[in-house]
Amino acid sequence: MQLFPCPFCGPRPETEFHYGAEAGNLRPDGAEVGADRWAGYLYMRANPKGATREIWVHMTCGEFFAMERDTIDHKIGRSLALGENAE
Amino acid sequence: MTAARLSAGGSAIDRSRPVSFSFDGRIVEAFEGDTIASALLAADIAVVGRSFKYHRPRGIWGAGVEEPNALVDVGGSQRAAPNTRATTQPVCAGLVSTSVNASPNAAADRNAFIDRFARFIPAAFYYKTFMWPDWHLFEPRIRAMAGLGKVDPNWKSRGPAEFAEQINHHCDVLVVGAGPAGLAAARLAAAAGKSVMLVDEQYRPGGSLLHRDAQIDGAPAAAWVEETVAVLEAAGHPVLSSTTAFGIYDHNLVGLNQRHHDGRPDTLWRVRPRRVVLATGAIERPLPFADNDLPGIMSADAALVYLRRYGVLLGRRVVVATNNDSAYEVSGALAAAGAEVALVDLRADALPMPAGVSPHVGRAVVSALGRMRVEGVRLDDGTTLAADSVVVSGGWTPTVHLFCQARGKLAWHEDRASFLPGDTVEGIAVAGALAGAVSLSDVFGTVERAAASFAESKTGLPRSTGTEATGAIMPAWPVPGAKGRVWIDYQNDVTAKDVELAARENFVSVEHLKRYTTLGMATDQGKTSNLAGLALMAGITGRAVPEVGTTTYRPPFTPVPLTSFAGAVGGELMSPVRRLPLENVHRASGAVFQEYGGWLRPAHYGGTDADADAVIRDEALRARGSVALFDGSTLGKIEVMGPKAAEFVDFIYYNTMSTLKPGRCRYGFMLSENGVVFDDGILIRLDEHRFIVSCSSSHVGAVHARLEEWRQDRFGRDAVYIHNATAEMATLTVSGPRSKALVEALGLGLPLDDAALPHMAIGKGTFGNDPVRVARVSFTGDRSYELSIRADRAKPLWAVLQESGKAFDAATIGLEALMILRAEKGYIVIGKDTDGTTMPHDLGVDGPRQKRGSDYVGRRSLFTDVATADYRLQFVGLRVADGEAPLSTGAHAIAKPEGAIRSQGFVTSSYHSPILRRPIALALIERGATRHGETIDLQHLGMLRRATIVAPCAFDPEGGRLNA
Repeated sequence: MQLFPCPFCGPRPETEFHYGAEAGNLRPDGAEVGADRWAGYLYMRANPKGATREIWVHMTCGEFFAMERDTIDHKIGRSLALGENAE
Repeated sequence: MTAARLSAGGSAIDRSRPVSFSFDGRIVEAFEGDTIASALLAADIAVVGRSFKYHRPRGIWGAGVEEPNALVDVGGSQRAAPNTRATTQPVCAGLVSTSVNASPNAAADRNAFIDRFARFIPAAFYYKTFMWPDWHLFEPRIRAMAGLGKVDPNWKSRGPAEFAEQINHHCDVLVVGAGPAGLAAARLAAAAGKSVMLVDEQYRPGGSLLHRDAQIDGAPAAAWVEETVAVLEAAGHPVLSSTTAFGIYDHNLVGLNQRHHDGRPDTLWRVRPRRVVLATGAIERPLPFADNDLPGIMSADAALVYLRRYGVLLGRRVVVATNNDSAYEVSGALAAAGAEVALVDLRADALPMPAGVSPHVGRAVVSALGRMRVEGVRLDDGTTLAADSVVVSGGWTPTVHLFCQARGKLAWHEDRASFLPGDTVEGIAVAGALAGAVSLSDVFGTVERAAASFAESKTGLPRSTGTEATGAIMPAWPVPGAKGRVWIDYQNDVTAKDVELAARENFVSVEHLKRYTTLGMATDQGKTSNLAGLALMAGITGRAVPEVGTTTYRPPFTPVPLTSFAGAVGGELMSPVRRLPLENVHRASGAVFQEYGGWLRPAHYGGTDADADAVIRDEALRARGSVALFDGSTLGKIEVMGPKAAEFVDFIYYNTMSTLKPGRCRYGFMLSENGVVFDDGILIRLDEHRFIVSCSSSHVGAVHARLEEWRQDRFGRDAVYIHNATAEMATLTVSGPRSKALVEALGLGLPLDDAALPHMAIGKGTFGNDPVRVARVSFTGDRSYELSIRADRAKPLWAVLQESGKAFDAATIGLEALMILRAEKGYIVIGKDTDGTTMPHDLGVDGPRQKRGSDYVGRRSLFTDVATADYRLQFVGLRVADGEAPLSTGAHAIAKPEGAIRSQGFVTSSYHSPILRRPIALALIERGATRHGETIDLQHLGMLRRATIVAPCAFDPEGGRLNA
């Protein structure tokens, strides 16, 4: 069982967290967005092997945040509250 | 009489406290401190079980968790547990143990004949032979003939359920293994000021120091063990015995299985140490010779354990067979205890022979003699040696399991004939035999290196002052083509010939070998057998041992009861139902409860299973006739507030909500980003910057999470605040033609005339000293008032409603009647009348889609090719001919264009309407909105029905009753 660092609560066991999304999947606003662009936002995921940046939510405090993680060796990098990160 | 308890000796047992227990129906006398295995040996019971496949008689091999043969099903005064290792289970009064895979018992097993056909049933025989016509025809019979212990099918009914405890623990250093290395490492860590936890799978800490000759700091090793444990415990460091570290998981989480011997279920520990020291020791291997599985053949180290810890001498005439130094101490000890000992060493240049031992050096045992127990051995020069027991040492396999689970890599050491840790793993250090140490001085040397990262000072590092063990070995692996049946895996009945067969059929990869022959797959996971198996495969295929490699090491190291992993989390604790504040009041009124979307709610009041339908119809009818009371406390009450609250709800809802005036309510949909209707409900605007989202009862958690996601991701924490107040308030609903009169009678102190409180408006009243929010919203189609009050004050309000209601012939109704009322009106329930494709325009709500200019969740998806296709399922009502029964929910509308039947949609809700005195139904039907008046065919479980498509609302379509 992995330990994830919640930016608000510190390191906590992974069972307290839910996966949110890949970070950086920005929502294209408006009704005029092209079908491909919208489908990409809804469905297309990079699912990278290796270093990745994801949105997680810590269920016990309810806060969403971005976390750097490696999908191969499960090494955890930084975690940042939303708004602290560029995306 | 061969094996027997000596008149003195045995450090583990208390001879002043005799204990008796039963084995296969026979009463066995033992002493406190005995294991089942040591007691069976002392009673000279040689055959303790039957083997997995061939029903071969098997005896005790080892003295620890590696035991492949001596498995027993335990019960009686102890918690029932199948496949318990007799070598680790202490005896206690009233314990009942039964041998595995034997009937009626291990000594006389009626399936023993199978072994005579063994040559015809090698590895994979069953799968090859019983292919036709179907393996599953034969499987039950074969499974009944093979296998190990039995789970008691009635285990749940044995007394009240006891939950296994689970403990989370944090420490600086976790030391696994309390032999000399683990004890020394724990003591160093404690001296360095670290918080330490020391765990060992045996009944007592000490490991090899409990039975091997050793001196530490000038005193007998046993004294140092006691002192070290005392020092650790006095400083508050937990020292757990009978506790196996069974797995290392991500980020070095270590799982411990702690066994209790007082009837309590095992405890599961989740330990998160900063550093782990693995001092897991090594396990002795058998030697390969024909019939090396006969009862009476035992690991040499185990023979010494039984002699010194339990005072049991294995036999009077003992042959010791070895290829390494470690058996010499055993030989000397057995001889000193009075046995006639012959030592057969593969090596010619052996150690000095211990006193009283007759030497046979440069010789190998080629076969064991005997049928039900060993009677002697034949050597490679043809001589036979008579013996009543044979102890063997084929070398030592370091216990690398945890190290490998943590992704450590192994390196092969030919001179040691073993794999040792070959690299380093972050946060993990290895010490003792696992690190390749043999002598006690070497052991403490590895401890010094392992402790380098957490203990700067070496104060307290012990010194070995006695004779030092040596570890010279000449490898003795099974070889292809050997005569007789050379057993490799005792527990899964795998012989050298099975490995050869696997090689012939090209299952040469170590993982294929394992699955083809089942080598190493049983409850012992090949602790004594894996290395011999892969060494044989290396020999057959002309490869070196490391080229063959090892199979993947996976947790658990030893079996862990599933109840440990479950802990207390089961049944209601796994998925707790949510309960109404007034549950007990409803129960007192005769409510029959059911679970609806996670809430326990009254289905109806009074009645039995037999007449429930009539009760429900009566409730629904009375609701239309006078006034109905029901508990709507489950409705979501999520408050949204802040300077951007209006902008927020506009974005969240499909409908424009910012135009709502304070004090008013609006019905609307929430969509997912894919355009599908996610929830529906009323939004209440309390004031400019404060809203209440009244979402579906079963959806409160999901809606709250979704609101939070958009709030944090798009609007910012300081612009909107969200508070889920669902459980804080109870909502009691008054509905029906006489609802206004009843609410007036309550005297809540607010004007109730329709000008002041019209439909879809809220008012503020008081009940006693408590504010009551009165909302005129309706899920029945009748004039309705939802009264929301602090949950802890709901009881008196409900009581007054009931009392005042008598004058109005009020009916208390449950959820089933409410479902009929809403279906009569064509009001939807999300997830019942919609599915994962339903968009708002499929429900006839197309205005926002056509007109809204601002963005909202799911908007773009409403204009895709799929969203605008002409084949969409649309929400309709269905009417059957007068006198017919209601349609079945789930019945498919079918079309038969050219031959093949095709679904055109399905019935989502269907009831008998008591007020209309006919069936009503709601459905999602292809192009349904444009097909009103059309008669369609419906099919359900082979039955054909016909129905006419109508508007969803079957009762009061003009809506006059909302204000009646």
